[in-house]
Parts: sequence; C-alpha cells; structure tokens
Amino acid sequence: MDNRASKLGKFYIIFVFLLMYMPIFYLIIYSFSKGTTMANFDGFTLSHYGELFADKRMLAIFLDTILIALLSSLFSTIIGTMGAIAVHNTKRRHQRETLLSLNSILLVSPDVIIGASFLIFFTALKLPLGFWSVLLSHIAFEIPIVLLMVLPRLDEMSPSLINAAMDLGATSAQILSKIVLPFIQPGIIAGFFMAITYSLDDFAVTFFVTGNGFTTLSVEIYSRARQGISLEINALAGIMFVFSLVLVGIYYLIENHNLSSGRKLDRVEVPDR
Amino acid sequence: MAMKKSFKGLFYTPYILWLAMFVIAPVALIIYYSFFDIHHQFTLSNYRVFFESGTYLTMTANSVLYAFLITVISILISYPMALVISKLKHRDLWILLVILPTWINLLLKAYAFIGLLSRDGLVNNLFEFFGIPAQQMLFTDTSFILVAAYIQIPFMILPIYNSMTDISDSYIRASSDLGATKWQTLTKIIIPMTMPGIKSGIQIVFIPSLSLFMLSRLIGGNKIITLGTAVEEHFLTTMNWGMGSTIGVVLIISMVVVMLFTNTKRKGRRS
Repeated sequence: MDNRASKLGKFYIIFVFLLMYMPIFYLIIYSFSKGTTMANFDGFTLSHYGELFADKRMLAIFLDTILIALLSSLFSTIIGTMGAIAVHNTKRRHQRETLLSLNSILLVSPDVIIGASFLIFFTALKLPLGFWSVLLSHIAFEIPIVLLMVLPRLDEMSPSLINAAMDLGATSAQILSKIVLPFIQPGIIAGFFMAITYSLDDFAVTFFVTGNGFTTLSVEIYSRARQGISLEINALAGIMFVFSLVLVGIYYLIENHNLSSGRKLDRVEVPDR
Repeated sequence: MAMKKSFKGLFYTPYILWLAMFVIAPVALIIYYSFFDIHHQFTLSNYRVFFESGTYLTMTANSVLYAFLITVISILISYPMALVISKLKHRDLWILLVILPTWINLLLKAYAFIGLLSRDGLVNNLFEFFGIPAQQMLFTDTSFILVAAYIQIPFMILPIYNSMTDISDSYIRASSDLGATKWQTLTKIIIPMTMPGIKSGIQIVFIPSLSLFMLSRLIGGNKIITLGTAVEEHFLTTMNWGMGSTIGVVLIISMVVVMLFTNTKRKGRRS
C-alpha cells in the first residue's frame, strides 16, 4: 500500500466528516430560525438567543454547571496528581498494577453503574442529594483520568534529577516544588482540562445523584428534550459549541506551548536512560 | 523516589481514601443491595427473578445484541477512517476534527437527532427528494443503533488511529517489496498490527453501549429496554433498588468479561 491516501479514501473521510458534523450544524442553524420546530427554516432571528439570555433559571443552571466543573476539576487534579505520585513511588510491580487496575474501574464502568452505586453510597451516608453529592461524584470520576494524564510524565522523569537534588541537600518539599511539579506540570494541566470536559459532558452520573433541587445543563437538556423541540435548546447548543471551541483552543495552545518547553526540559535531562 | 516516610504518606492518604470510598465501597454496596428485596429483607429472589423470568434474560440478550451491532457498525466506519487519516499530510489536524465532536455534550447530539429524524425532519425530506416515502424513524431500533454508533465513532477511531501511527513505514515497504498486494498488506500486516487498537476501541464502545439509557429514552422512545434503562428505571422510578442492583451486578460481570476478552496494556476512555 502506498503511503498516500487514495482519492476514494479522501472522498470517504470527507463524507464521514460531513455526517459527523451535520447534526451539530443542523442544531446551530435552526437556533437562528424564526419558526418553532427543526423542520422549516423560516428566516433569520436572534430571538431564541434573547430568550435564552433572559431565562434566569437557565443562567443559574449554567453557572452551577461551570462551578461544579471548575471545583471538581480543581480537587480531582490535586488528588489525582497525589495519586500519580503515590503510584509512581510504589516499589513492587504488582502493587503498581493493582493500584492502576483499581484506578481504571471508574473509567471503564458504565455510567449507570457509577451513578447507581454513588446514589446508594450517598444514601447510606445520609448525605442529602444536591450540589454536594454532584460535586463529590464529579471529583470521584475525574480523579482516575487525571492520574492517567500525570503518571506518564512522572515515569518519564529521570531519577538522577531527584538524586542530584538530594545530593545538593534539597528537602523533600523543595524537590517536590522545584523539580517534580514543574516537570509534570504539562500532565497536570492536561489532566485538569480532561477533568473539566468529563464534568461538562457527564449526564448519567449527575442524573442519578442530583435529587430534586439541583440541576446541571446536561440534566436540564435531557428533561427539556423529553418534552419535545424548543429552539431555545438550539440556541444553547450554539453557545456551548462556541464554548467548546474556545476550550479546545486553550487546551491546544497550552499543549503546544508545553510540548516545546517540555522538549527543552528533556534536553536538559541527564542522558542516562 | 527516596522521600521521607511521613512525606510519602501524605500522597497516599487522599488517593487511597478516594479508592476506598468511591471505588471499592460503591461496588461493594451495589453487590450487597442486590441481595435485598423492596422490603429490605435479605433474599436471593432478585437473582431468581432475573434468571427465571424470560423478560430479564431477553432484555439482557437484546442489549448485548444492540451493543454488539453498535460496536460492529462503528468499527466498520471507523477503521477505514483511521486508515485514511493516518496517511494524510496534516493528520494531526484531521484527528483534531475527529476529537472535536466529542467535546459537544452528548445530550445535545441526541437532541439534534430528534429534529433530524422527525417526520418532517431533514432525513425524511432527503428521502422524499429521492422518491422514498417519508417514514417513522424516531423511536425505532434502527435509529437507536445508528445514533448510538454515531456517538461512539470518534471513540473507536482514536485508539485504532493511535495503533496505526505506531506501525513503522518499513513494514509496509517491506511487504510491498516482497510482492504483497495492497489487500495482502492490509489483511496480513496492518489489521493484525492494529489489533490492540481495535480491542481497546471495543472496550471503550461496547461497555457504555450496554447502558445508554438516555438514548434509548430519547431516540428509542421507551420501546427499547437495555440493561442501563432497566437500572435507571429500578433506581429512579420504581425505587426497587435491590432489583436495580442485581441488574447492575449483571452489568458489572459483563463488563469484566469484555475486559478479559479485550485486555491490552492501554487504558483510559479517550486516550
């Protein structure tokens, strides 16, 4: 097989990409339609966006969702990074393997299982369902992905860096703050962003543990979509699309920036591996 | 890392606490609850009901079948995608285009299909344009499977693509130098070497497909009952947590089986 894609191949991927993006653009196009359904485009209007911005309830839900995403990502990044350091520090191989298998349980479990088991857990603890149960759940299912993003950076780090620092009389705290954390920082940032996307994307777990008073955007979209089509949701889709584009943009900027600075760091490394 | 003991303990504690509270305890609780009936009496009847009444077994068979079809369709579409993208000049950019839809909320994508597949939606309009009479598409098995496959495709493309970029060009060149046809190179070199990617793709797609209850509600219209839908119903509607947990245990077991069949070193949903 030659190393260039054939015409047919290119045609195929363009076709699949069109199918992949059609539903998304379909949603956004109809957010500008004057009608009330996604069937006939009745002329351009921004009124659905106006409705959306005037919707105080929606605004509160939006802010709650962002708050949950940021707080849960912050805490899961801290705990996940600590976990990565703990896993990295394990002496025995099977110990590391066990920790990693336990770590991946929440990553591979079906959402309903996570949701149902957390619901039982919170009820057993008599923790009221609402903001706190949602926040705790999000922290819980984001930790393993943070760990998986940070651990490879730790494993890449040459032990001689630490040894040199210790020989030069650095304390454990200094080693951590001056050497380990700067080195694994790209992994931490990537983990933080993954955690945010997991949080914003989650529906099923939140749906189980949210109770009556508290909602996030996903749950709100679900309950409105069950009632049928309302172009206000389309407007919301438009805004969330732009929001994700911005997030992707920031993520790749940081990633590229880290890649270049990461390479510099690699070159500094003592060449013993 | 040769740090002081107490300092190390500092890292272990929160993480181990998390493992105990949010990984081990919930799984243990769901297994524990599966032995209790709706009146909080210890019983094995949930399991008896599950294995004796035809409904639950049919439901399990159906949801495995649905998940299987969703997985097969996404492999069939994703494999050529990954193959072509891995040969493109700016492949990083193209793969970014594959990742982007995964950043759009799942519920919004499902909602889009309610519009697209409705009686006077775009798909029916296209059908009529080609002379096919409009038909009821929402709330059918086919639409449920296709929409689920649509949502899973990026998660299938990514691991396959990763394993393709791991193949060194020299294998491909060696194979064509030795006179292999393109087809032989594909079936004898590329597909066997991308098996780990396919396996992790199956792992990432098959298990969630067993539990897509929001899709079966929104697109399948309550007609399609999968294991996930049944768990949701028992926990949130009929409040029969024991039965819900029993179905949950069945889901966990099927997950473990899938993991054993597809186990590779790669881990993580989206890596």
